[in-house]
Amino acid sequence: MNPRPKRKTVDPSVRDAAEIYDDRSSYADVADRISGLVLSPTRRGWIIGFIGAVAMLALLKYSLYRLFNDGIGIWGINVPVGWGFAIINFVWWVGIGHAGTFISAILLLLHQKWRTSINRFAEAMTLFAVACAGLFPLLHVGRPDRAYWLFPYPNTMDIWPQFRSPLLWDVFAVSTYATVSFLFWFVGLIPDLACMRDRAKNQVVKTIYAVISLGWRGSARHWERYEKAYKVLAGLAAPLVISVHTIVGFDFAVSVIPGWHATIFPPYFVAGAIFSGFAMVVTLSIPIRKIYRLEGYITDKHMDNMAKVMLVTGMIVTYGYAMEAFMGWYSASQYEGFMIWNRMTGPYAPFYWALIACNAIIPQLLWSPKLRKNMLVLFIISLVVNTGMWLERFIIVVTSLHRDYLPSSWGMYTPTVWDWTTYIGSIGLFLFLTLMFIRIMPIIAISELQHLAHERKHNRIDHDQESIR
Amino acid sequence: MAKKKMTIQQIRAKLQNRQGEKFWRSLDELAETEEFNQFLQEEYPHGSAPMTAKEDLSRRDFLKLMGASLVMTMLPGCSRQPLEKIVPYVTAPEEIIPGKPLYFATSMPFNGSSTGLLVESHMGRPTKIEGNPEHVDSLGATSAIHQSAVLGLYDPDRSNQVLKDGQADSINNLYRFLRKELKDSEGKGVRILTDRIVSPTLASQIRQVIKAFPGIKWHQHEAIHSDDARRAQQMVFGEYVDPIYDFKRARTILALDSNFMDNQPGHLRYTREFTARRRVVDSDVNQMNRLYAIESSPTMTGANADHLMAKNSYRMTLMVCALAQQIGVKFPAIVDGKLSNEEIKWVHVVAEDLIKHRGESLVIAGDRAPQWVQALAHSMNARLDNVSRTVNYIQPVASNPQLLQESISDLSQAMEKGDVNTLIMLNTNPVYTTARELSFETHLGKVSNTVHFGLYRDETAMACQWHVPSMHFLEMFSDGRASDGTVTMMQPLIHPLYNGISVHEFLHGLISADAKTAHDIVRDYWKSTSKTVDFELVWRKALHDGFVARTAFKPKKVQMRVEFAADDLGKLNRPSSTKADQIEVVINPDPAVWDGRFANNGWLQELPKPLTKITWDNALLVSPATAEKYKLENEDMVEVSNGKVRVSLPVWIVPGHCAQSVSAYLGYGRKHSGALGNDKGFNVTKLQTAEHQWRLSGATISKLGIKYGLASTQIHHSMHGRELVRSASLDEYKHHPDFAHAHAHGTQGYELSMYPQHPDRAPHQWGMTVNLNQCVGCNACVTACQSENNTPVVGKEEVRRGREMHWIRVDNYYEGEIDQPTTHHQPVMCMHCENAPCEPVCPVQATGHSDEGLNEMTYNRCVGTRYCSNNCPYKVRRFNFFQYADKHSEPAKLRSNPDVTVRNRGVMEKCTFCVQRINQARITAKKENRDIKDGEVVTACQAVCPAEAISFGNIRDPQSEVSRLKESPLNYGLLTELNTFPRLSYLARVRNPNPKLETHKPKAAHVTVHDHSEHGGGKH
Repeated sequence: MNPRPKRKTVDPSVRDAAEIYDDRSSYADVADRISGLVLSPTRRGWIIGFIGAVAMLALLKYSLYRLFNDGIGIWGINVPVGWGFAIINFVWWVGIGHAGTFISAILLLLHQKWRTSINRFAEAMTLFAVACAGLFPLLHVGRPDRAYWLFPYPNTMDIWPQFRSPLLWDVFAVSTYATVSFLFWFVGLIPDLACMRDRAKNQVVKTIYAVISLGWRGSARHWERYEKAYKVLAGLAAPLVISVHTIVGFDFAVSVIPGWHATIFPPYFVAGAIFSGFAMVVTLSIPIRKIYRLEGYITDKHMDNMAKVMLVTGMIVTYGYAMEAFMGWYSASQYEGFMIWNRMTGPYAPFYWALIACNAIIPQLLWSPKLRKNMLVLFIISLVVNTGMWLERFIIVVTSLHRDYLPSSWGMYTPTVWDWTTYIGSIGLFLFLTLMFIRIMPIIAISELQHLAHERKHNRIDHDQESIR
Repeated sequence: MAKKKMTIQQIRAKLQNRQGEKFWRSLDELAETEEFNQFLQEEYPHGSAPMTAKEDLSRRDFLKLMGASLVMTMLPGCSRQPLEKIVPYVTAPEEIIPGKPLYFATSMPFNGSSTGLLVESHMGRPTKIEGNPEHVDSLGATSAIHQSAVLGLYDPDRSNQVLKDGQADSINNLYRFLRKELKDSEGKGVRILTDRIVSPTLASQIRQVIKAFPGIKWHQHEAIHSDDARRAQQMVFGEYVDPIYDFKRARTILALDSNFMDNQPGHLRYTREFTARRRVVDSDVNQMNRLYAIESSPTMTGANADHLMAKNSYRMTLMVCALAQQIGVKFPAIVDGKLSNEEIKWVHVVAEDLIKHRGESLVIAGDRAPQWVQALAHSMNARLDNVSRTVNYIQPVASNPQLLQESISDLSQAMEKGDVNTLIMLNTNPVYTTARELSFETHLGKVSNTVHFGLYRDETAMACQWHVPSMHFLEMFSDGRASDGTVTMMQPLIHPLYNGISVHEFLHGLISADAKTAHDIVRDYWKSTSKTVDFELVWRKALHDGFVARTAFKPKKVQMRVEFAADDLGKLNRPSSTKADQIEVVINPDPAVWDGRFANNGWLQELPKPLTKITWDNALLVSPATAEKYKLENEDMVEVSNGKVRVSLPVWIVPGHCAQSVSAYLGYGRKHSGALGNDKGFNVTKLQTAEHQWRLSGATISKLGIKYGLASTQIHHSMHGRELVRSASLDEYKHHPDFAHAHAHGTQGYELSMYPQHPDRAPHQWGMTVNLNQCVGCNACVTACQSENNTPVVGKEEVRRGREMHWIRVDNYYEGEIDQPTTHHQPVMCMHCENAPCEPVCPVQATGHSDEGLNEMTYNRCVGTRYCSNNCPYKVRRFNFFQYADKHSEPAKLRSNPDVTVRNRGVMEKCTFCVQRINQARITAKKENRDIKDGEVVTACQAVCPAEAISFGNIRDPQSEVSRLKESPLNYGLLTELNTFPRLSYLARVRNPNPKLETHKPKAAHVTVHDHSEHGGGKH
């Protein structure tokens, strides 16, 4: 066996450090820069964005008032299409949430240093996306005042939920996921909150940060425990990335409806989730880094890496589409065959082909390194992918249901204005939470960046030391 | 604006019509004057005075009010509930046990005959109508129209006040006024207009009135009449007769524009007899009958025919002439024209088949078929020796049979000439239902005294001086005759809800000042005709049974003509061929709202019409060829013109419709039917002329370029090659009795399921079969289920969104060519799968399995995820997207079946196999310490079915009827390849086509009808 010829190259981690952290400032500069974003006066751009978000949120509130007052009949759902925008949005938002956990937990465990600058707001995005997602299952039930019956709580009726139902698994999966994501995010925030506490001038603000930083003093013992806890939570969160969307996929796969009843759903859903999640991170980080001039922290290398992840997951999803079509033929089931034929040529065919264009064809542009570095192109592709993933859920939910087994019961689904306002309103909620987060929390992990600054200064990364921690 | 002060007379009238509360404080209160109302307002503020005042409310006042309201709302929290004493009856009403329904025999007069019914009454309120099993026209079954009558009873839009010029008045004033008029004029210039009278008592009363005042003329009018039949009878018999058919003995049947399964008097019996010979599973298949049909507008009867020819009246007449000639009827050429080769062959084969079964064949023509077609049909029966075998003739059931169209034309002319001073209209609505060219409403203005007596303040009532609210038939004593003349009783189920007046009492009031109850009037009439000593016994038995046995009219000895001469030709209408740019418009009563009289009945409005499945509207039904010719799609508005009048209405394409005709239903476009029926659909009555009521041969249609949304519950009528309705011809069945399983998919069995089989714990395992050989698609089950299970009506917009709530639906599929398809009906309700896909997906166990094999919905537990509905392959689950059920409005809520929960918003529901009836039977059996007998539990859909297509029972008992049927090779389950193990199975359809007419169609190839309506109608 010939040993590979040793090539003289720069230590890759050193090169990476340079690419993912481009600022030649001191530790204090890093802290000043990031905390300054929060502690400085409110910017006009933020206010304009916030007003927009609040307006959309108000739309959501009004839609919910109508929903609770009149009933879910205000939406376009019917028999046979019993699920509509609510479930589409639920799956879409849960998917978007995935990128945050993927970036923070899995990339942390895989020692991907480049995650540092984006993990914080990616995690925040996860939380907010899960919040938006969590809203929909509650809203979409006919009697939301009784939705708590899905929880296995002790009650006088002595009734348990039905453990065979994937909807119940959803309750556990999503609530666990939301809890772990929150803890993970919050634990990661603690050193930075302490930093904010130290830098805040206003006494009220200082007190608030003091309370939520849980008395962090930055002692070695703190750091030691912090690192342990953070790793443990990362370890816990990592399988959840896989499990949540797997279970959401089960919602469909467990049923008997052609177009839903498919074993490919869990992996295909997870890939789709990461696909859309990264697209959303890209969508958010491009304007943020532009507005707050954070190009030094969120570098082109970050964008490049995220684009590559999108490319890969996009192709997994494309494989899923191909397999669905293949199984339509290979299963020799007339219902399956009709289902895929109906998707391709039926009344919703334009949406199907738009989905293929958005998720399978357009992302192929990301093969070009030049385009991956072109922020405008990347931004547009990320939006296209988000749209595509939404369409994918629309196709899965609606086209499978609207023509299933008995042609006599076939129908059509047309969203009403309230479907749209609820959807737009949920985006409003997401933007509202994101803008609030940008305004009051450090959007980039200060302490982790300081670690990187340290490494940059010493031009090395002590892997062993890292792993011992 | 001060309300006009009431006169003392009006106050009297008000008092008379008042129900319940009979006390009043002052005359002012009675009159509801402005002053009194003001006083009332201030003394007992419902709203607050400042709020209702006209001047704007100041901010301070507003705050004060809000504060006060807050305190007021808190106060009741401090007070105790008023003490209420619940006192048991001192003397309990006879036979009433709270919670146990009672059944009373009564009857519904409709379309020229009375059908015997049993009405379920809970604590004095009628809730459900069943057929009277002993009554000749019911045999236990009813139609959807009968079923809906109980909803009509409670209709809040029914009129409840005697009105004079729109003001409340009293019935006694009217009596006095009319008596004076009659006395002064001795009946001169007085006309009575009624519908067809089948009540002997009523007929005798009218004759009495005429006898007392000989100047009175009696006219009759009904939108749906049988004048054409009468003319044809006059030609053939020289008199009016009513034919009575015996389908039990008929082997070969030819139906000529006849919808004998749906809207002919006696249709329930005919359907029963017809389908009894087509059970296949337990009837002798060699005795199976064969139905040929020629029709110009698609009907249920045509859809069930083994051979259907869709022809307009001209071509139909041509074919019938050729047929009659071959059978031996002699006549000169009635219409000119030549038959096509296909038609010649058809006629030849049918004639041969009819002659072959001489004496057990039957030619039946509809009452609205072309006149010559009807005349020849009678003669053909005579030539075929069918008379007194498969058909008998009796004296007309209706009293004083007339040509209704002539009668109303005479009246209209007399009114125009000013010959009519006083017009009394009983239970008829001529302003809406008469042909436009009669200008009935205009001429009505020339009559000085007009009185309308009816259930609703309808179009005619609005045009009349006086209006009298009629009793609903469930509120009154009366009588009638069944289609064979059997005397049928009608008795009240409830005290009149809306101050209705009995028509008997009304007529009595015209001639006598002494009050007499309807009960006494009817009883006295029968007493006067009775020869029995113990009349009381007969009377009581009649009321108990609902009819008087052995009172059917005896078959008449008739002289029938089988030869016609040249001078006969002009006596009946002869259709002429339509020009290339013209088309024949066929007008029929609506299958649900009939001539519009049921327009305010939500159940009927929402009943999907056979074949088209359209609800809440009427449409112009056209053939695919016509649609192609005029470039029409579903829901395109077109203008139909008869040369004088134009009517716009939307198009609906019906495969198999005659290409030379289009058809439309009457009964829509009403202006004063009540809140539900107003301005629904399009008024086709306008197109009718005095001469041509049912077919307008020279009509033109033109596309308007606009769309109108129709609400159809089924858009796709092709099976897409799926084995949903399995069918074969009789020959195929004889060779392959298990043809229904020829294409069975894979293996099925519990070993393929992840979950263990439901243990058969209970001794009763409920199951059902639906025999597709028998189902004619009449929809009665849909309404029966709605009535039994309190299923709400959702309205047109909701139906368009795909949210209709019917627990059972009749699916309709076409097979074969689009111009001449075979039509299949398939009732679909919850299959009660043993391995139900809906059950494991419910996160809260709201749908589960009972140990008797029922798939049960627990409404209380349902949170409304709708996952069960998504996962139901049969899509039989229905969701309350809004609060559809009206739980509060009086008196409609009294209609609800107390044994079935009225569902709330956000809850899923579906067929329960009438679990309340199962439980009722279980309780009865337990009390009697015995097992539930086979046939003891009868579901609502099963009970109502005139064709006896549905069987229900214990599948664990091998002796039960349902078990036996499930043993048949015809038995198959729907979508069993999904391993659902449905408890409901179907018996495959066996048709009996004549091999000589079967074009070599390979059976295996299911030719698919393309969905003609991909872009149209409903469910958007």
